[in-house]
Amino acid sequence: MNHWLIAPILIPLIGGFLQVFMGYAPLNLRRTLGLATTAMLVVTTFFLLMMADDGNYRAYAFGNWAPPFGIVMVLDRLAALMLFVTAVLALFAHLYSIGRTDVSSRQFHALFLFQLLGLNIAFLTGDLFNLFVAFEVLLIASYGLLLHGEGTRRTVPGLHYVVLNLVGSALFLISVGMIYSVTGTLNMADLAVTVRQLPAEDLPLVEAGGMILLVVFALKAALLPLTFWLPAAYATATAPVAALFAVMTKVGVYAIIRVYTLIFGENAGALSNLGMDWVFPLALLTMVMGMIGMIGSGGVRTLIAWQVVVSVGTILAAFALMNEAGLSSALFYLIHTTWVAGGLFLVADMIAGQRGSVEDRIVTAPRMRNRTFISVMFMLGAVAAAGLPPLSGFFAKVLIMKSAVPGVEMAALWTVILLSGFISLLAFSRAGSIVFWRNVEGHIEQPERLIFPHTVGAGALIALSVAIVVAAGPVSDYTDATAKQLRDTSAYTSILEMTMVGEE
Amino acid sequence: MEITFALVIGSLTFSGVYLMLRARTFPVVMGLTMLSYGVNLFLFSSGRLVSGGQPIIGSTDTYADPLPQALVLTAIVIGFAMTAFLVVLSLRAKADTDEDHVDGRDHGERPEDPPGAERLREESN
Repeated sequence: MNHWLIAPILIPLIGGFLQVFMGYAPLNLRRTLGLATTAMLVVTTFFLLMMADDGNYRAYAFGNWAPPFGIVMVLDRLAALMLFVTAVLALFAHLYSIGRTDVSSRQFHALFLFQLLGLNIAFLTGDLFNLFVAFEVLLIASYGLLLHGEGTRRTVPGLHYVVLNLVGSALFLISVGMIYSVTGTLNMADLAVTVRQLPAEDLPLVEAGGMILLVVFALKAALLPLTFWLPAAYATATAPVAALFAVMTKVGVYAIIRVYTLIFGENAGALSNLGMDWVFPLALLTMVMGMIGMIGSGGVRTLIAWQVVVSVGTILAAFALMNEAGLSSALFYLIHTTWVAGGLFLVADMIAGQRGSVEDRIVTAPRMRNRTFISVMFMLGAVAAAGLPPLSGFFAKVLIMKSAVPGVEMAALWTVILLSGFISLLAFSRAGSIVFWRNVEGHIEQPERLIFPHTVGAGALIALSVAIVVAAGPVSDYTDATAKQLRDTSAYTSILEMTMVGEE
Repeated sequence: MEITFALVIGSLTFSGVYLMLRARTFPVVMGLTMLSYGVNLFLFSSGRLVSGGQPIIGSTDTYADPLPQALVLTAIVIGFAMTAFLVVLSLRAKADTDEDHVDGRDHGERPEDPPGAERLREESN
């Protein structure tokens, strides 16, 4: 057993606890410790990413209870990738919180770290019920973060978000109960073995359970009929929180990828590719809905929130092609869109800070003080998000389009992806030209000054889009290997035979 | 026993869903509580309903699965914490919006703004 596996859980847990008890310590101390925790997380997850790149599955059994009886944490390429993407996003979002967001509340750093704790458990766990617990940990932290900040405008979207997710948790438990009642296990590796050998009369229960599970994950990922909570919630959240939430929809996507390749994947016998005939059209419709939302948004933050919806549709459409190239390109797009959307939320906050009472609304206003820097950042982010060359969105979309097999699916996918690129471009240009170019006389009384942590946080996330292009070769090699590993489920189930401490 | 159990779960879930659709914060909280009771009982039954069984294989003729009870316990704790949070949030929403409707405004009593009115108001300011 490799004890490094639980480092991404222990680091934010300990860091978060320290913050809880340090609520009255000097702000600078809390900040330094908080940022040090996130930075440590980046280093550790990078180390884990390198470790997972040899293609082996590593499992950590809590309390030395052998799977499937105890809870296991499993590190593979996908888990390591998600951990690293989250940690990098979190570091820059955390940096951006300095100076404004973390001043107004004593518990911001603690909540932020507990959010990371929940995310990391969700990515590492190899147990369906433990995934439920991880979702609850990250949700309760996200409730706190979402409502964080001054003013009353977050109350109603926050209430909707909490109630929806509580209903989602109830559905999660129902599906877990249905699956357990037939299979008698909740360990993912064991489930993958058991589902294959189910007698025909038990299949409908597991099938129904699997479909309810898909509904739960689709709610987290904001797939179409369950999309409408997202824009209001994300657009009202404070900037670092909105940036971190760029990865929250990806938890739903991650869960769908994990469960529907491993348990209900190609090798699942009668239940193979369960629900994927639903996911593909819904993902395309999600993209269309996102485009409509982007065109109709009245504020920059709402625009970016709808862009997140489009990106979820893109990832899931590529995944639902159910081939290796599709899965690989979906992961490539996931890395790109998580960082860029996070960066854009931070840029939108800078825009709002310099425009006084109109904030981020797409209307004419007096000129911004730091217009050049912010507009260049916004343009780069928009180019990356819309998928124009030479930034990462272009390469991700080309990979997705190349992975489609000629046929009806390809025609639909190409049409919607090309259209979404065009509409995104249109929406971003409209927003950018009004916000940056159409100015009126006058001046804002107290525009916020750009401070160093803010420019670095936002700039670095946008610059990561360039970094993805520069390192496109290694990154796509890694996602190719990840896709290959995910589709070979027999290797995952081999963790059931792991040697425990004291056995060797 | 199965029929009674199923009816109890069914009626709890039914009342829960009905109350949640009332779109006022207090009924929504009550509805979520009812729903979580129903879900907890459902989860409990996923290990089969056994009376007089022991949770150790071989000690009695009938074996009672202990795992669903552990799952239910976890679900109860989480559900309780979430409900407490939701109650506080509902109170906050009532204080912030002077309204216990989940949208923060009552669609039935107050006349709605015509489309675009908000934007017109912003532009005239």
